[in-house]
Amino acid sequence: MNLERALLELIGTEEIEELELENVKVDVDELIFEIKRAAMAYQLAQAKQLPVSRTEEKKEVYAYTPPVKTYKGSVAEVCLGATKADGGTRGKVVKIGGQSTLYRFEGGHKNKPIVSFDVFDIPMPSFPKSLREFWGDVWEDPADWAKRAVKLGSEVVTLHLISTDPRIKDTPPKEAAKTLEDVLQAVDVPLIVGGSGNPDKDPMVFEKVAEAAEGEMLLIASANLDLDYKKVVDAAVKYKHNVLSFTSMNITDQQTLNRLLFDAGLPKERLVQDPTTGALGYGLDYTYSIIERLKQNALKGDELLQNPVFCGVTNAWAAREAWMNEPSWGPREYRGPLWEILTAITVINAGADGMMMLHPKAVKTVKNLLAAASGEDEGDGELRYEDWLGGV
Amino acid sequence: MAKISPLQIYKFLPGTNCLECGESSCMAFASALIERKKKIDACVPLMEKKEYAEKKEKLIDLLTPPVKEITIGNVVIGGEEVMYRHDLTYFNPTAFFIDVDDSMPRESLIEKVEKVRNFKITRIGQELTLDGIAIRSKTDDPTKFGETVLSIYENYYMPFILCSYNPEILEVGLEIAAERKPLLYAATRDNWEAVADLALKHGCPVVASSPGDIQGLADLVQNLSDNGIKDIVLDIGSYPGGKQFYEMNENLAILRRLAIEEREKLFGYPILGVPMVAWMKEKDAVKATMKEATLAAVQLLRYCDALILHSPETWSLLPLLTLRQNIYTDPRVPISVEAGARVIGSPDENSPVLLTSNFALTYYTVEGDLQSSKVSCYLLVVDTEGLAVEVAMAGNKLTAAGVKEALEEAKLLEKVNHKKLIIPGRAARISGEIEEETGWEVIVGPIDSSRIGGFLEEKWGV
Ligand code: SF4
Repeated sequence: MNLERALLELIGTEEIEELELENVKVDVDELIFEIKRAAMAYQLAQAKQLPVSRTEEKKEVYAYTPPVKTYKGSVAEVCLGATKADGGTRGKVVKIGGQSTLYRFEGGHKNKPIVSFDVFDIPMPSFPKSLREFWGDVWEDPADWAKRAVKLGSEVVTLHLISTDPRIKDTPPKEAAKTLEDVLQAVDVPLIVGGSGNPDKDPMVFEKVAEAAEGEMLLIASANLDLDYKKVVDAAVKYKHNVLSFTSMNITDQQTLNRLLFDAGLPKERLVQDPTTGALGYGLDYTYSIIERLKQNALKGDELLQNPVFCGVTNAWAAREAWMNEPSWGPREYRGPLWEILTAITVINAGADGMMMLHPKAVKTVKNLLAAASGEDEGDGELRYEDWLGGV
Repeated sequence: MAKISPLQIYKFLPGTNCLECGESSCMAFASALIERKKKIDACVPLMEKKEYAEKKEKLIDLLTPPVKEITIGNVVIGGEEVMYRHDLTYFNPTAFFIDVDDSMPRESLIEKVEKVRNFKITRIGQELTLDGIAIRSKTDDPTKFGETVLSIYENYYMPFILCSYNPEILEVGLEIAAERKPLLYAATRDNWEAVADLALKHGCPVVASSPGDIQGLADLVQNLSDNGIKDIVLDIGSYPGGKQFYEMNENLAILRRLAIEEREKLFGYPILGVPMVAWMKEKDAVKATMKEATLAAVQLLRYCDALILHSPETWSLLPLLTLRQNIYTDPRVPISVEAGARVIGSPDENSPVLLTSNFALTYYTVEGDLQSSKVSCYLLVVDTEGLAVEVAMAGNKLTAAGVKEALEEAKLLEKVNHKKLIIPGRAARISGEIEEETGWEVIVGPIDSSRIGGFLEEKWGV
């Protein structure tokens, strides 16, 4: 079987979709791969000729114009929280997403990414040392914890009801909802509410939580392919909340789940996606490319992916390099926050709209960077770059 | 997407399938060229036969990446084909140069250079190292610069960047170190003619610097190339904060888009970032290092092919080099390893059985830790759909039922005479369920496999 001749014939006849693979004796996977590539080449060749060498037009002077593109699609803007006017009790709402261009130079981005501190409903003695230092004295009470988070710049607070896990404390949904009410009382920023990850328990918890916080436009975290997502959507729709669509580093799963959630009745502007965040050094590269693809496909017009992306940057602390006391790696008190900062910068660069984080110093750095990256920060005066040679 | 397909290349190959290149066909050779596993000169007929001369020229043109490859000493930068790594892969990792200057006392100079040269951390089987030294004329005194360059040149064989806007100073450095082909920093709108002469005379690559001004950069590059300079590195300025940071961040994306998607040859060169500007206004060393690392990460993600850093601290370099390792990992390589039992060392029927996920990074980390603690055991790899243990737990991909299946398929009962399974600390939540489902006794291991050696010694007596 002559692979390339078969391919050339295929391209010539444009009957790629009708190919019968049954009769082919070569490695089918390889063939499909080659066909995809060839098809792309064909389209490319049709679309435009290869660039011509500029040598003959040497005299022509280059005049710079920014390479702005136009995009077919845009990302939905999702509103977290509701003020009194809208049926909630929050001091103000926070909007995420809403981009209609890939880069800011192409026409600006409506909203800048936000940072949310994580708060847990039980003490977390397993935290690395540099986190215990900041949260150890407030973690007995989630309301106190949330207050400190807001003081430290949390634009939104994420409350994780992990004690509802049957294998932890099996806290009943009603009691979990009470914890949420305490936190709603304690702070006036919008809330994200997480479950324990137990697929049987989470929908029951979310039902009660949604009811108790009716109208607050929480972000319920999360619906995934392993649980009764319909129940979660029903509760969110009935009591006016948003839903986080959570998948595991798989773009097809993300499309599938988003479609299922929309089909179950969730309005488009109420869905936020989370394709899973790997820690720096432990899968962050996958997360990076998946978010890039999500955002690019959204702008290209894939209606199933046109929603803001939220990232559990906190996962950075799972990396041993972030917390381990290893003298040859330098002091962990600096290394840990930097590990979280770099994880955040990576997802931001890929297109994330929000991040859950844990270390106050990391959050401060990331918020400064976000302000600068969106052009909002004047900084401390102009810097004459050329002075670096003599100035350090 | 400016990506080349094998078919586009195939058109310019002889098409005879003569096998001289060592590939199974011309089409296979075309694929190998794209993946840079083979170089074009492996196709001997194309190189030598007159009838293919035109094809050869066209193919060379087609294969020249939109971002030119530049060699500094022995480190290669640039050569990128795509803007987004998922479109193919990135090729030459961002080179890290550490700064020294001519006002440093000899002792601290040597200490810093030694540190750069000896820096090495092994992560998942790869060595993370630094690439070279940027020697900066801080004093603007040719004698001092010469002395500094000489003391490094004589003792260390490392790629250099010579940094000064003063052509006389650069010349002093070149007289000493030209044969190592250092990168010259920098030609500007004011000094370019003199610096271009130096670059031509010594055959060295040169940085074209035009802070914050893309049109100015284009004009400068045009001037340099009109004068015969071929190896150029772009510098659009580095800024740690404020509006200038915003502009830099956008400009870096603009430069690479112009080079790759618009095929604008004036910008088809690697980009230099100087994150050490973070030190200009920050006197506290820890804060400055933190700011520098933050800026370096932004620049690394925004296409910078070489960076000049001031801090040699491991606590900042380890995260940065790990980021580089992540971003330059080939995304075409699978995320997971095969499930099943692996043999570590030479286990017998009394050896422990440990469990881990089939996420490639987790697997290689655990395997590495087991190897280095020199224990013999069975490592049972469970199919978690390529997710790390923590993520798999959250996503319900590591379950008691899955563990049972893995135990049975691996036929471990035929290999060991006990029913004790050591699971990762992060899977502690399901230890009870695993016991119920499998009938094996579960021992919860450490949270992190770096502690596995001590743990086994204590619990297993090995
Ligand atoms: S050497 Fe050239 S002509 Fe021969 S098979 Fe390889 S690519 Fe084809």
